[in-house]
Amino acid sequence: MHNKSLSELSASLHNGEFSSVELTQHYLDRINAHNNNLNAYISICDERALAQAKVADLQLQQKTAGILTGIPIAHKDIFCTQGVLTSCASKMLANFVSPYNATVVEKINAEGMVMLGKTNMDEFAMGSSNETSFFGAVKNPWDIERVPGGSSGGSAAAMAARLAPIATGTDTGGSIRQPASLCNLTGLKPTYGRVSRYGMVAFASSLDQAGPIAKSAEDAALLLNVMSGFDERDSTSVERDVPDYTADLNNSLAGLRIGLPKEYFGEGLDPDVAATVEAAIKVYESLGATIKEITLPNSHLAVPTYYVVAPAECSSNLSRMDGVRFGHRCENPKDLTDLYQRSRGEGFGDEVKRRILVGAYALSAGYYDAYYLKAQQCRRLISNDFKQAFDEIDVIMGPTAPTTAFKLGDKIDDPIAMYLADIYTISTNLAGLPGMSIPAGFVKGLPVGLQIIGNYFDEARLLNVAHRYQQTTDWHTQIPDAFR
Amino acid sequence: MSLDKTDVEKIAYLARLAIDDNDIPSYVRELSNIFDLVEQLGEADTSNISPMAHPLDAHQRLRPDVVTETNQRELFQSIAPETVDGIYLVPQVIE
Repeated sequence: MHNKSLSELSASLHNGEFSSVELTQHYLDRINAHNNNLNAYISICDERALAQAKVADLQLQQKTAGILTGIPIAHKDIFCTQGVLTSCASKMLANFVSPYNATVVEKINAEGMVMLGKTNMDEFAMGSSNETSFFGAVKNPWDIERVPGGSSGGSAAAMAARLAPIATGTDTGGSIRQPASLCNLTGLKPTYGRVSRYGMVAFASSLDQAGPIAKSAEDAALLLNVMSGFDERDSTSVERDVPDYTADLNNSLAGLRIGLPKEYFGEGLDPDVAATVEAAIKVYESLGATIKEITLPNSHLAVPTYYVVAPAECSSNLSRMDGVRFGHRCENPKDLTDLYQRSRGEGFGDEVKRRILVGAYALSAGYYDAYYLKAQQCRRLISNDFKQAFDEIDVIMGPTAPTTAFKLGDKIDDPIAMYLADIYTISTNLAGLPGMSIPAGFVKGLPVGLQIIGNYFDEARLLNVAHRYQQTTDWHTQIPDAFR
Repeated sequence: MSLDKTDVEKIAYLARLAIDDNDIPSYVRELSNIFDLVEQLGEADTSNISPMAHPLDAHQRLRPDVVTETNQRELFQSIAPETVDGIYLVPQVIE
């Protein structure tokens, strides 16, 4: 059951081969067998999931079911889920049972999907290894001594071990694509504004975007159909029709113009990862695509720009965590300042504190122009590079991450080394463009992801480009032996 | 760029973030490293470049000034650390 695609699962549910309750129980059994090892889920919603599955079975019997009705899903613990712990993997929210649903969760519930549980992540989505979680690190199913990537590491580990048929993630600087790359999955970060951010705990509001983490491009397209769309409750949501993302999956790639930025193949890229990515690009040539070397000359500004913009926005967003209305409160505060300071000091972990401090400094009196304004200008330079590139090409390809999964503990004490794990993914968030990572092969038994970046609202083309590759290769169907 | 102990204490206060005295040296070191990284932005020529706030340069939408939300005070206060009579309680601020 757990190797079937979403459309195969849908067909089986609709023709009565098995019920949603049986399918849900199958996944709950797998979670119970493997989660202790992997730590992929923070909350497992057994009873709730089986109740949702019963409702789905009724809809299936009454022929009122949609394509994804009755199919289980795992949500990153950053999405507010009414009546269920929404911790963001932080001690600060370790008691936060959300009183409302995120729009993404509402839409997925309305489709009749079954929530298996909430997945582990880096605390407040700040990290690239899933080691900053208050609930402990997540293990990579391909090698449990290695990280699954982050921040959506729980969703990625759950998917790689087939503890869910599909999962949600969020991506602020690479948090869907980098774990997808490290865990052999298909992950898509949509165009900024495509998916509602309402009810998604905010990290850096001008960069955050939710998307699917899936076994294939086809599965990702099916979930993106449900997740996308305008939402008046998100002031940055874009009013634009949602196409059927499955419609163009099989389009021919003859004449597709692929740009390879020379900056993405330089120093810092593991040579074996480079060779794997180059082999994937050869496959595209055989499918009729043409290759052109391009340049994104301001790429080197991406990481420093990000580490002003993201911390600045995070320090502002996380100011709502003050121990007054919800979340952690310290014992016996002696005055209001003490209440704020100790509640926050106790509630936040090291990396979150570091970013709050960086952001508070960058935004403090006298420094705004030198840091935040300058970073916003550099952001424009980065975005202009992409604009120019897309005049001549259709998609950009390169590595998702500079290396395969690294060992647990390797980078956690060196923030800058950790930040560089996102060196190829961050620009896309700064520019607001859609990006994907798809499985492209293995180096010493560890997965390598190919990144595909598209123009604004070109998700259908990205999915088409990914799907055609997955029709001619079988990397995406490989799973670790222990989880077959 | 290097920050010192006083800088770290000042920004921790601005952020209302209690940090342990023992941790200050590591914050000084790590934040200095991060700002060294950020200093690279100084090399970029950004004259006549307008800052980018939204990737699609969208503007805030306006909506009609009508009530759309219902009052859910009890629900929202059910998760608060301390409330009384519909009010959030904090230590006394004014004598």
